[in-house]
Amino acid sequence: MTDLSYTIKDFKSENEVRWCPGCGDYAIMNAIQRTMSGLGISKEKFAVISGIGCSSRFPYYMSTFGFHTIHGRAAAIASGVKIANPDLSVWVITGDGDAMAIGGNHFIHTIRRNIDMNIILFNNRVYGLTKGQYSPTSDRGFKSKTSPYGTIEDPFVPGQLVIGARGTFFARSIDSNIKLGEAVYKAAAKHKGTSVVEVLQNCVIYNSGVHNAITNPEFRADRQLVLEHGKPMLFGAENEKGIIMEKGRLKVATIGENGVTMEDILIHDAYEADPTLHMAIINMALPDFPVAFGVIRNVASPVYNEEMDKQIRLVKQTRKINCADDLLSSGNTWEVTGRGNGKGKLKDCRGKKLE
Amino acid sequence: MKDAKVIELEEVAIRFSGDSGDGMQLTGTLFSDAAALIGNDISTFPDYPSEIRAPQGTVGGVSGFQVQFGKKEVTTPGDYAHVLVAMNPAAIKANARFMDPGGTIIYDSDSFTEKNLQKAGYETDDPFTESNLLDFRKIAVPVSTLTRESLKDFGLDNKSVLRSKNMFALGLVCWMFNRPLDYIEEFIKNKFAKKPVVADSNIKVLHDGYNYGMNLQHQTPTYIVHSADIENGTYRNISGNQATAWGFIAAAEKAGLELFLGSYPITPATEILSYLSERKDLGVKTFQAEDEIAGISAAIGAAFAGDLAITSTSGPGLALKSEAIGLAVMAELPLVVVNVQRGGPSTGLPTKTEQSDLFQALYGRSGESPVVVLAASTPSDCFFYAYKAAKIALERMVPVILLTDGFLGNGTEPWRIPKMAELPPITPRIAKDADTFKAYQRDENLLAREWAFPGMKGFEHRIGGLEKNISGTVSHDPENHQKNTEIREAKVQRVVDLIPDLEVCGDPDGDVLVVGWGGTFGHLISTVRALRKEGKNVSLAHFNYIKPLPQNTMEVFKNFKKIVVCELNLGQFAGYLRDKMPGYQYYQINKVKGLPFTVNELKEGINKLLED
Repeated sequence: MTDLSYTIKDFKSENEVRWCPGCGDYAIMNAIQRTMSGLGISKEKFAVISGIGCSSRFPYYMSTFGFHTIHGRAAAIASGVKIANPDLSVWVITGDGDAMAIGGNHFIHTIRRNIDMNIILFNNRVYGLTKGQYSPTSDRGFKSKTSPYGTIEDPFVPGQLVIGARGTFFARSIDSNIKLGEAVYKAAAKHKGTSVVEVLQNCVIYNSGVHNAITNPEFRADRQLVLEHGKPMLFGAENEKGIIMEKGRLKVATIGENGVTMEDILIHDAYEADPTLHMAIINMALPDFPVAFGVIRNVASPVYNEEMDKQIRLVKQTRKINCADDLLSSGNTWEVTGRGNGKGKLKDCRGKKLE
Repeated sequence: MKDAKVIELEEVAIRFSGDSGDGMQLTGTLFSDAAALIGNDISTFPDYPSEIRAPQGTVGGVSGFQVQFGKKEVTTPGDYAHVLVAMNPAAIKANARFMDPGGTIIYDSDSFTEKNLQKAGYETDDPFTESNLLDFRKIAVPVSTLTRESLKDFGLDNKSVLRSKNMFALGLVCWMFNRPLDYIEEFIKNKFAKKPVVADSNIKVLHDGYNYGMNLQHQTPTYIVHSADIENGTYRNISGNQATAWGFIAAAEKAGLELFLGSYPITPATEILSYLSERKDLGVKTFQAEDEIAGISAAIGAAFAGDLAITSTSGPGLALKSEAIGLAVMAELPLVVVNVQRGGPSTGLPTKTEQSDLFQALYGRSGESPVVVLAASTPSDCFFYAYKAAKIALERMVPVILLTDGFLGNGTEPWRIPKMAELPPITPRIAKDADTFKAYQRDENLLAREWAFPGMKGFEHRIGGLEKNISGTVSHDPENHQKNTEIREAKVQRVVDLIPDLEVCGDPDGDVLVVGWGGTFGHLISTVRALRKEGKNVSLAHFNYIKPLPQNTMEVFKNFKKIVVCELNLGQFAGYLRDKMPGYQYYQINKVKGLPFTVNELKEGINKLLED
């Protein structure tokens, strides 16, 4: 496999990257390129599909096969790519406007079908490319060019949609945390089915600092819970805090206080099919809870493209029709002989045969 | 009642009509197949309501199926029916205007109750007088009673018994037209192989209907229609939608590609999705998407990844796909979009036929967005035009819109089955040399780019909806956009070398050239033949290639004194010709009733033009 040992450079294209200086997209791209170079997949097998938005320029900066499509439809287009060629590693690059607003329908149905692809959702909670309008993930009251008095609607929480659409893989990451990013992109790539990774991404121009309350290094330890499968849900500078279950609800507890011991701390099980706890983890928000990161859900379920493949193989095993000629003459047919005079319909301006 | 007699006809049209739930579509289909199997040429026209089960007994719920068969070539389902089978008063009311004066009406007298007459909107107890059908031979048959009697020993409940009513009517009609029952029996046995009681009961009723006719010989006319004189070969019945689906299967096999269909159910195009989803045995991949947009988007993805990619829809669905078609134009991917046209705009007349999406196909997108536009003209030639659409898309890296319509899609006719070896080759433009490959490098003559898809080592490249330069890099350069816009249009125009010259049916010159396109061919050729028989100097030029137009179009037009464009819209093709083939006066005959032309109304219109 020597020829598959790539470096990050092998995945960069000659095109000049044109995101704003300081944009979170740079770090995300680096992490994804690094991840791809280490997957052991030959480069021509990557297909990177995007919709419209700042993040959707992504394919142009990759040296893989890429398709920059139309607003909201990347997941639908990627579905066709994967079904046409299941050997490919298909990546969808999208944003909160592209996936949650105009492409909401494709987003949920792709997840429901569990088509094998990795959807990387850049969530900066604002429309950047159209210069600063509120998005479906902007908080209630958010002031923007199209909501000068604040929005009067509640935002989507992407993970909730993933669970609601029967998602099999959901992870959360932060643009600037390359190590965390690489870990979740790798897990997403390994997962069979639709993997959704929500990346909290900073738009330096229109929504700078939107995730600061979570990402600020000063509070990071207390406000981020980085999950690992099989490990206790601990956070805090000294890992002194953890998540416990009390009366059917999650609660933050400090070990050693109120009789709480390590035994009480929940162990993260990303492989649990029942999504109840995963949903509760996704819902955790400041100020009462830290925000959960890492792979939150990762369960096995039938994969659409594999099922299609399987069905075709199964039907072929007992087929009576082997080719188009068989098909055309299947069912009820009859012979016309003798009665024909050779001047029938095909020569009488009727059939207009192909030339 | 007139005396019964034996009537010998060159062609005859029968209309089966009843409630949506009466099984009239099946009855009509079975009769048509039986007629075709003994050598008649046929043409069929299902005419059904958009509600699956509209209120029982009402005119809105009437479902009809007309078949014309004959000893000569049959090109239309017939303007008027010689025989109407009516299962209730509403069927009489709905179909009176489709009856040939002097024809025969067979009706289920059991259903002519006061209540049903009321439901059908009759004010008296004499529907025939009210509907002005006095000069018809009317045969009252107590179908419900006789069916019940026929099945009294089967121990079935009343509902199940009455479900076989249509078989009684079918048996009776088979006797009248001297069609053997064996094909229908075979069909019933297969269909109900797992329910022998249902199979047996239906066959019993079918025979009893047949025998009833025989016993009533003194009242019922019988018809003789001899076998048609048609080209030797193996034949089958085929509908336009089936032929379309199969045309793509043939094209994929010929091109050595896998076939992908992304589609969303919509009347009257859904059957294409059904027919293709049946063909897992041939490896066909069908994707029933969450909406029209996802249907075409997935197809575009499949085209990007190297499949023969298709999407199928009808008018409103085409509107939803517009933006994505623009992407396929810009990305220069091979894609076929089938539009089985129906009455519009909006939901319009979903189950009725129309040709009013021509402009939408030609122009309905943002920007300068040229695509190739083809139109099939008979149910069976949908096969060839689907095949041809795929060939053009794959060989020229261009989206193709194939227009059919509800009349073609649902209609059937016998079709001489071609062999794959007879079909022209299809050579997709798959890139071969990675060292010289550039995403938008073109063949100098064809202007088509090459096709390289993910998985092909060394061909990694990026495409997308933004304007590009030759190597696929985004370019906002003004000159580049001007040039590429012109190239995309020219590329479509160069497809002209793949399309045959326009044929004239009739003489190459004369008084009137009838011009049509798409699904009106059957009615137009019948009209032109009838007029020529009367000694009129009339010919037909029928278009299957809309964009680009055949090279000799101007040549053909210039030899006629008058040109009349006949179409099921308000004059879209006429308008297009005025733009593309200027210098002629284009007369128009237009109809937008959700129905095909009738030969009579066309003759009338053309005769008027001849007199002026």
